[in-house]
Amino acid sequence: MTGTRTQSPSRPETAGPVVGRPVDRLDGTPKTTGAARYSAEYPYPGIAYAALVHATIARGRITGIDTASASAVAGVLTVITHENAPAMKPPPKVSMLNLSSLASGTSVNYLNTDQVHWNGQPVAVVVAETLDAAREAAGLVRVGYEELPATVDFAAEEPNAKPQKSNAIQSGGAKKGDAQAALAAAPVSVDLRFTTPPHHHNAIEPHATTAAWDGDRLTVHEGTQNIPWVRRHLALRFDVPEKAVRVISPYVGGAFGGKTMVWPGTILTVLAARVTGRPVRMMLTREGVYRTVGGRTPSTQRMALGADADGRLTALIHTSVTQVGRVGGGPEQVTSQSRHLYDAANILVQQNQVELDMLSNTVMRAPGESIGTFALESAVDELAAELGLDPIELRMRNEPARNPIDGKRFAHRMLRESYALGAELFGWADRTPRPRSMRDGRWLVGMGVASAYHPSWQLPANVTVRLSADGTVVVRCGFHEMGMGAATAQAQIAADALGVPFEAVRVEYGDSTLPSGPGAGGSAQTASVANSLIAACEKLKRSVLALARKSGDSPLRGQRPRDVEARNGGLYRIGRPEGHDPRKGESYPTILSRAGRSEVEAAVGSDTRLGELTGQLRFMSKFMLDRRRWVKAACGAQFCEVRVDADTGEIRVSRWVGVFDVGRVINAKTASSQLRGGVVMGIGMALSEETLVDPRTGRIMNPGLAEYHVPVHADIPPIDVRYLDDPDPTMPLGLIGVGEVGITGVAGAIANAVHHATGKRVRDLPITLDKLL
Amino acid sequence: MRSFSYVSAPDVAAAVRAIGSEPGAKFIGGGTNLVDLMREGIERPETVVDITALPLAEIEEAAGGGVRIGALVRNSGLAAHPLIRTRYPMLSQAVLTGASAQLRNMATVGGNLLQRTRCVYFYDGAAACNKREPGSGCDAIGGFTRNHGILGVSDDCVATHPSDMCVALAALDATVEVQSVRGVRRVPLADLHLLPGRTPHIETTLAADELITAVELPASAVAATSRYRKVRDRASYAFALVSVAAALNVRDGVVTEVRLALGGVAAKPWRAHEAERILVGAPATEDSFRRAAAAELAAATALPHNAFKIELAQRTIVSTLRQLLAEGGAA
Amino acid sequence: MVEVRLRVNGAIESLDVEPRVSLLDALREHLGLTGTKKGCDQGACGACTVLADGERINSCLALAVQYADREITTVEGIATGGRPHPLQTAFIANDGFQCGYCTSGQLCSAIGMLAEHGAGAPSAVTEHLSTTGIELTDAEIRERMSGNLCRCGAYNGIVGAIRDVADTEPVRSEPVRSEPVRSEPVR
Repeated sequence: MTGTRTQSPSRPETAGPVVGRPVDRLDGTPKTTGAARYSAEYPYPGIAYAALVHATIARGRITGIDTASASAVAGVLTVITHENAPAMKPPPKVSMLNLSSLASGTSVNYLNTDQVHWNGQPVAVVVAETLDAAREAAGLVRVGYEELPATVDFAAEEPNAKPQKSNAIQSGGAKKGDAQAALAAAPVSVDLRFTTPPHHHNAIEPHATTAAWDGDRLTVHEGTQNIPWVRRHLALRFDVPEKAVRVISPYVGGAFGGKTMVWPGTILTVLAARVTGRPVRMMLTREGVYRTVGGRTPSTQRMALGADADGRLTALIHTSVTQVGRVGGGPEQVTSQSRHLYDAANILVQQNQVELDMLSNTVMRAPGESIGTFALESAVDELAAELGLDPIELRMRNEPARNPIDGKRFAHRMLRESYALGAELFGWADRTPRPRSMRDGRWLVGMGVASAYHPSWQLPANVTVRLSADGTVVVRCGFHEMGMGAATAQAQIAADALGVPFEAVRVEYGDSTLPSGPGAGGSAQTASVANSLIAACEKLKRSVLALARKSGDSPLRGQRPRDVEARNGGLYRIGRPEGHDPRKGESYPTILSRAGRSEVEAAVGSDTRLGELTGQLRFMSKFMLDRRRWVKAACGAQFCEVRVDADTGEIRVSRWVGVFDVGRVINAKTASSQLRGGVVMGIGMALSEETLVDPRTGRIMNPGLAEYHVPVHADIPPIDVRYLDDPDPTMPLGLIGVGEVGITGVAGAIANAVHHATGKRVRDLPITLDKLL
Repeated sequence: MRSFSYVSAPDVAAAVRAIGSEPGAKFIGGGTNLVDLMREGIERPETVVDITALPLAEIEEAAGGGVRIGALVRNSGLAAHPLIRTRYPMLSQAVLTGASAQLRNMATVGGNLLQRTRCVYFYDGAAACNKREPGSGCDAIGGFTRNHGILGVSDDCVATHPSDMCVALAALDATVEVQSVRGVRRVPLADLHLLPGRTPHIETTLAADELITAVELPASAVAATSRYRKVRDRASYAFALVSVAAALNVRDGVVTEVRLALGGVAAKPWRAHEAERILVGAPATEDSFRRAAAAELAAATALPHNAFKIELAQRTIVSTLRQLLAEGGAA
Repeated sequence: MVEVRLRVNGAIESLDVEPRVSLLDALREHLGLTGTKKGCDQGACGACTVLADGERINSCLALAVQYADREITTVEGIATGGRPHPLQTAFIANDGFQCGYCTSGQLCSAIGMLAEHGAGAPSAVTEHLSTTGIELTDAEIRERMSGNLCRCGAYNGIVGAIRDVADTEPVRSEPVRSEPVRSEPVR
């Protein structure tokens, strides 16, 4: 039961490379017919259903649990609490030498403790014959608590924030020159405070796990962004060898960072299956997702800019406060983009944290930059207004040639080109600069811009490629498909690398029995897999050439790898496009059948302990080297038009143009969709999304889709997405990930457009109508 | 959701008999609100009496030019019906702004009347709520109140009624027909819902064994020039922050007839009698609209998060009346 | 337990279920028809949309026992004779999905929506309620589809797919042009 194998029926047969083309998704048919199975949809005979009971206090101790009425519900198999749960190994200590130690959502050993660390922590799990019985019984468990004072009010705790310490991967602060003094001396300046609320991912598929034990062997169906982490973490917690755990995850119903860590639901489903000896399925309720899966931290940000009269930045100060849970979570890189976007003479950035008695925060689409660009890009717009300069012109005057804070080279940077194209497509010249100067009936019209920015990453990936004697190719890698079109992009890459038709490539993914893929995060998956896939294809071609070279009958006899290229389903000598000419080369089936081989396989990376260690070392050294040498990132220009009802303050986004510098695009269709999806989520962040945490209790009060407002169809205008398609020479195939850059800059562009429409500055997200009255 | 017995009633007489004889019984129509509340453990009926087979799904023209709407007419059917679209457009619009198309295909007119509040503290079993558990307190006060009431609230409850349809019905002087083993009676819509006072758990004047069988709309010329305006946090599929149902008739620049009701501001659809009183006979000007709106909201009280509704309600009233005037309220 | 005879995708299925079992759970857990998705179980996302006698409903808020006499169509049943429904093809061509989890609901909803529109039903953005033929503008499609959330943000592709099908299928009756919307800024 590995990944999808459906072949795309609809690509028109055209010569030339398939990379770059708008190929339809390989999984289009299963996803549009209901055949695609997500993690709660695997049938097991005798399956039982689990449901969670959540703590209703933020901090304290359980003094008693009454499970009598819950156990009495017909069909209930067991109610597991800290009083009767078998012991599990505790989560590992976090170590930068073992990145999988980051897998645990929290440091709590659920149901192995009477301590409550956040409002919503699971304190019991009910297992029953039916879903309804499990849920009913979960509602009948009565828990007594001894409450302890809890720190849950982010706003009140802000003054106690502590500076973030830097480590090998993240730096908590940086400076160049004396930004405070430069700000004080600047003839024109802004010094502003911004706030952003907590957010939740709200993938439409709630987190769900199906777990089945067979002796000490465990099979888990789990929608995850990191199969190796789930596998290793479960093996560790349940004290079984990693090899005994299989994680199957071919379809993930949306994730956005929320399915990166291993959260309580996964562990407790496995526990429930262990205790009952039955296969167990648990899909979290929507409320359960809010209560047990972390979200994006709230933030407060100071953003100060100083400029000379010509609009050249002399000072840039960006400081932030975000939250972590006392039981986990990490610092949010809020100032990330502020180190790279503007050529200020003096720069100071510093991130600070408060620690609360709340569930760990976690990564959510463009952690850091999504909310950081809101502050930076709003402030730049305000400065432009102070200076009387067009906001694009101000940006162009401060566009750096090298990374502003340390003078490193940009691997690729086409922000100027992005703005130029965007301005033309959007019709920026039609904008009259004065706020409230554009109107259409009852609607005040505003236009805004902002820069998008997201660093590009690469992670280790193990890949095998197998070529069969019939000329078909199988790519195997345990990567993740949450909607990016991951398999489609890799099939395109493999097709070109091996010179076979796209239709001849099959991709297997989403299963821990495959070579380990990279985690799907940091917009890194496509590049990471591509890097290994291209290397594997090179190895494969060499192996095939070696077979041909040995044969006296082959026109490739004696050819060296550098004289040969893959095309038209075989290997042919370079520079002779009439590839079918049998004197110039020959097809894969010809080579393999002559050699008596049914298949040839090549692998990059190894899942042995040694192989893994080597892979991680190679990754870390490349990472450090790259970081010394380059600043790598995607960037872009976001243009939007909003309409604001002059009476009620209702805001509608009416037009959008986003131009992105994302290197080479592998699939024009799916890449555009991902960028558009980022913009859509950004529109939600800008206008309506906010997780309400009651500061009296630390309890999330709107844990549902009726009260947490993600954008609906009616909120979203046509989004014109363009990319420059210019390869980044430092990345595999020149590609830069597109998963996150789309959301960055969106809230800033909207805030700027709202100001242009209304003359009102809103520096606190979401920009709801009450803030405009 | 606890287990329950299920009874399907073939006719009205059987339905009202069943509800009276089964302890802890509740009627179910479309189920869009009840099933959700049962799943959350807020509603816990022992028996559910399915009324969807009852012959109450017709919309008919009544004597005197009014319209009679069966209680089991689906929200979508109500909004799309030619009589409603042409004679009471505000009602069609109100229904169409509520929920989603899927929910409107399920939800019935009778059920819509009895929707329960969307207050997040009412929904959260861990919170104190006088509506859910009488006497337990109100965690909304001092908590998140952006969606809460500004008119007719009490120290015990500040929740709002979530229905859009009811706001239009309030403006249209609708009457609700109810039936029980004791017979048939008619309740003016204005008297159906209760303000919270000290008893926020008592939400309507209906007895537990009474079945809503129909809604009657009297003939109204002014209703033909009417609108429903809903202001909310996203463009669709969200509950109202504030909504306005309005109808306007103007002759020679003077308001001759006006209907105004507000949603999202109180525990019941709020008929703006004070504003109507000021408007009738007044010049149909922006200034009159403003004065009327201000007078209606004079009694409003705000909590920390919902003070904006006082201003928003006035602006929405003025904006809606202005639009009606421009569109031909000046017949 | 009650015996419920459901008619799903043309087949009659007999189930013994408690009255509290939703139509959604009956489909997914009892009939193995997992194409219909559970996203919120609260009527707030539309992932569970199915057609009941051709009308779109949220199956999570429907008790299975109440739908015994209705013809239920799920995403597994919208193709005919092995040929995909035009919307299925159009969703793929327009990239009207990413993760695929809301897709079944979007498809069933779109089918129901086109039928509603074809029958002359208005929407909240229909300017003139008294007109019988309502032009299916993009704004109309967006409003009418707003009961189906897509967190991946594939909304443009979904609207494009529906547009393609609506433009080729004969579902419109005497289109009436509503007031033109000006998209240009006014100086």
